Amino acid sequence: MGKLLKPIKDVGIVGYGAYVPMYRIKNEEIGRVWGVSSFPIKEKSVPGLDEDAITIGIEAARNALKRARIDPKLIRALWFGTESKPYAVKPSATVIAEAIGATPELNAADFEFACKAGTEALQAAIGFVGSGMAEYAMGIGADTSQGRPGDHLEFTAAAGGAAYIIGEKSSETLAYFEGSYSYVTDTPDFWRRQHEHYPRHGNRFTGEPAYFHQIISAAKGLIEELGYSPSDFDYAVFHQPNVKFPLTVGKILGIPKEKILPGLLSDLIGNTYSGATLIGISAVLDVAKPGDRILWVSFGSGAGSDAFSIVVQDAIEEKRDLAPKTMDYVSKKKYIDYALYAKARRKYII
Amino acid sequence: MGKPMQVSRYWRHFKEKYRLIGGKCENGHVFFPKRSVCPVCGSRNIEDFQFSGKGKVLSWTIVRNPPSGFEYYKPFPLALIELEEGPVVLAQLTDVTPEEIKFGMEVEMVTRKIREFDEDGIILYAYKFRPPVK
Repeated sequence: MGKLLKPIKDVGIVGYGAYVPMYRIKNEEIGRVWGVSSFPIKEKSVPGLDEDAITIGIEAARNALKRARIDPKLIRALWFGTESKPYAVKPSATVIAEAIGATPELNAADFEFACKAGTEALQAAIGFVGSGMAEYAMGIGADTSQGRPGDHLEFTAAAGGAAYIIGEKSSETLAYFEGSYSYVTDTPDFWRRQHEHYPRHGNRFTGEPAYFHQIISAAKGLIEELGYSPSDFDYAVFHQPNVKFPLTVGKILGIPKEKILPGLLSDLIGNTYSGATLIGISAVLDVAKPGDRILWVSFGSGAGSDAFSIVVQDAIEEKRDLAPKTMDYVSKKKYIDYALYAKARRKYII
Repeated sequence: MGKPMQVSRYWRHFKEKYRLIGGKCENGHVFFPKRSVCPVCGSRNIEDFQFSGKGKVLSWTIVRNPPSGFEYYKPFPLALIELEEGPVVLAQLTDVTPEEIKFGMEVEMVTRKIREFDEDGIILYAYKFRPPVK
């Protein structure tokens, strides 16, 4: 067997759904407070006071169910990728499973791999369905990521998520997987120790050896194993901590900007960590045509990437309108200032 | 450590609180929350009923002096929502400012955080209502 990850059965996406909280803070407003005047993005999403990774996961999962049109009791696994677990110990996945009516006959767990936990959950779901163990499995990525006040991560650390229900490839799948490829090395570019409120990072070290090395290696590995060239893809979604990094990946791989922009949302919502590429792909599925081939490469610090190739199927046309689209959430927004942002992020002791 | 959490008391109602599941009697009357006797006809033959989560605002108030445990959320709107299936529920509105609320405003159910029991207690999730996304 080669390095390509391919299950025994062909699998696809029967339903997908995204969610992004409606609050936004502009980078220039954060810059006003900390005396910074050049910014990685325009604005980022902020979770409401009553939102966390679990509530974001619930809404994304409900949207995925609307498109899948299946009984939630048929879901045999619900895996939730996040680095902002509301409980350090107690699964978030069980709360989500209960809220969508999928309990009790399923496997449920939380995955953590910095920004890559969402695609980890998805890889596992592909394996679960592709081996014939389950009819349906759900992978979710959602975060309310933390940035130390005043640190440059504060300009991008945002909130959002998306959910994917995997089933055997059929006329009900709206896109199928051609294969996936995972690439992982021990690269400590970003971490958060036990009981710490904020992560630490290696500044420039997060670029070359971490982000670019893992993403390029995973993308090239996948494309080579599938026997394709970058021009075979109609869209590409790369992990998006900012706007510059994914566009640079496109340049290195030879994928034009026009194929990346439809799934590049970081300028408008920030870096949603475990949700980032899952939301980007949901935005692409909202506009893609049957037959389109999409390159999907996540990145998580620590570090590694998962790369997928998916091909859009006919069912997309009737399923995409069954739930709110990604841009419905992105464009419904309310700006808040730094004082309300600090309240929303629970910085006040009362 | 605050007051005892009574975890079991909340846990018993997760299905109703997370998903808006009420009751339906053999004669088709629906009600929320679920009870063992139909409040309309007295039937004891009751099954679970999943409400759609769509409704409209009958009336509301703004809570500015909230009870203990809800201080951080103030001010927040508390409303009477008439569900499209008929029953009326008392619930918080979310993702809306007091000025934006109108009589008869359409709303939809979302599951949100209601409160946290201090730093070390459980987190309670339940239905709230917001203006529809689209």
